[in-house]
Amino acid sequence: MQPLFLQGPSVTLRAILLVAVSIVVMVADHRWHHLETVRGNIETYLIYPLRYTINLPSQFIQWSDESLTTRQDLLAEKHRLEEQQLRARVNLQKLSVLEKENARLREMLSAQIKVGEMVLVAEILSIDLDPYKQQVILNKGRKNEVYIGQSIIDAHGVMGQIIHLGEYSSTALLVSDPSHAIPVQVNRSGLRSTAFGTGNSQLLELRYIPHNADLKIGDQIFSSGLGGRFPPNYPVGRIVSIERPAGESFSTVLAEPVAHLDRSREVLLVWHNPPVKDVLMGEQKSVITEGEKPDAR
Amino acid sequence: MHAKSRFKVVLPTMVFALMLHMLPLPGWLTYVRPEFVTLVVMYWVLAMPEKIGVTIAWCVGLLLDVTQGAILGQHALGLVIVAYILQLEYQRIRVFSLVQQALVVFVLLLIKQIMVLWVYGLVGHAPSLQLYFLPSLIGAIIWPWVYLFLRNLRRKFSVSHDF
Repeated sequence: MQPLFLQGPSVTLRAILLVAVSIVVMVADHRWHHLETVRGNIETYLIYPLRYTINLPSQFIQWSDESLTTRQDLLAEKHRLEEQQLRARVNLQKLSVLEKENARLREMLSAQIKVGEMVLVAEILSIDLDPYKQQVILNKGRKNEVYIGQSIIDAHGVMGQIIHLGEYSSTALLVSDPSHAIPVQVNRSGLRSTAFGTGNSQLLELRYIPHNADLKIGDQIFSSGLGGRFPPNYPVGRIVSIERPAGESFSTVLAEPVAHLDRSREVLLVWHNPPVKDVLMGEQKSVITEGEKPDAR
Repeated sequence: MHAKSRFKVVLPTMVFALMLHMLPLPGWLTYVRPEFVTLVVMYWVLAMPEKIGVTIAWCVGLLLDVTQGAILGQHALGLVIVAYILQLEYQRIRVFSLVQQALVVFVLLLIKQIMVLWVYGLVGHAPSLQLYFLPSLIGAIIWPWVYLFLRNLRRKFSVSHDF
């Protein structure tokens, strides 16, 4: 038979203790990031199996979609992709020549040499997180040498960076999250700024822009690489509105991200080496290669 | 007293609630999703307060934090407070009608959401407020069904019928 009453004081005591523990844990996690290993382990052994299970139906739908496509459709798709690849290869040849020229010019100016980047394809699991946060879960983790702070890009531009790691999965923060900021540069005028997320996956905000800044609607913004987090010269967005309210010290500039933040399923994890001065001048590993990792990080 | 068979039911229901939280839904529905995990924890504290209490609520809250990508301890704090209130008042709440219970559930869900929102505010990234508390309302509305479903589940797997 159940006891009629619980032991009163011990419940209150336990509750107070747990509240105190919660506060300590929150501070440790948010301020000092001490608890990443704890989170990573909970994620790997307890939560990831659940995420994987929920992702299965959409994987099954994808699989059956692929299995039931007619041979004709597959052949047509194959031809289209071959053509696309051919065009990309031609552009890549030009890029390789431009990079070598760029390296020679920089050497002449005694500027730092840029080293190439390596990428790895990851898939976004179709699960939902907090709707007020712009985060996604990827199916690559510590096992694939993913690291915290690593940038992710999709076919169109910068998507975000990794903030949590599990063994087989990782959490990425998108550029549209309110707590995210990426240093950018306007392509046309060279103006440097920072693009903050707004919570809206179609809008980024460039802050602290003076009223006399050289900006036009339609200007493209790229990652500037300042801060060493994001590799430079990747597209971030396109300016869609500029407002110069008379009473404010700064303009309100809004940009639309070019990455398909809410539609992409496959993303690229980028290994980015900050420029190092004593790199050999001769061979430049400039071509983007899948799966290869840099020696030093 | 067949405690093992009881826990066989509790754990799967919590796991199922966690999975419901992660289920992909069309855009607008994600703002309306009730807090299944909180509802399930509330039922079990009500049904077995001597076994399922603040400590288990805290652990489940921590799991919810990792699931949601929140700061560790955020949802745990909210669930501890909810479980604490229930552990103090369970005798009274048990004998309420389902509608009265739903009102209590509504208040508790609001309290939890306010705690989570408060931490977000301290950190500086509070979500916009228009729809934020809607899940509490939905959660309270579906409470009678959650309660009946879990109660029938519990009765099927356990021996005692005192509650």
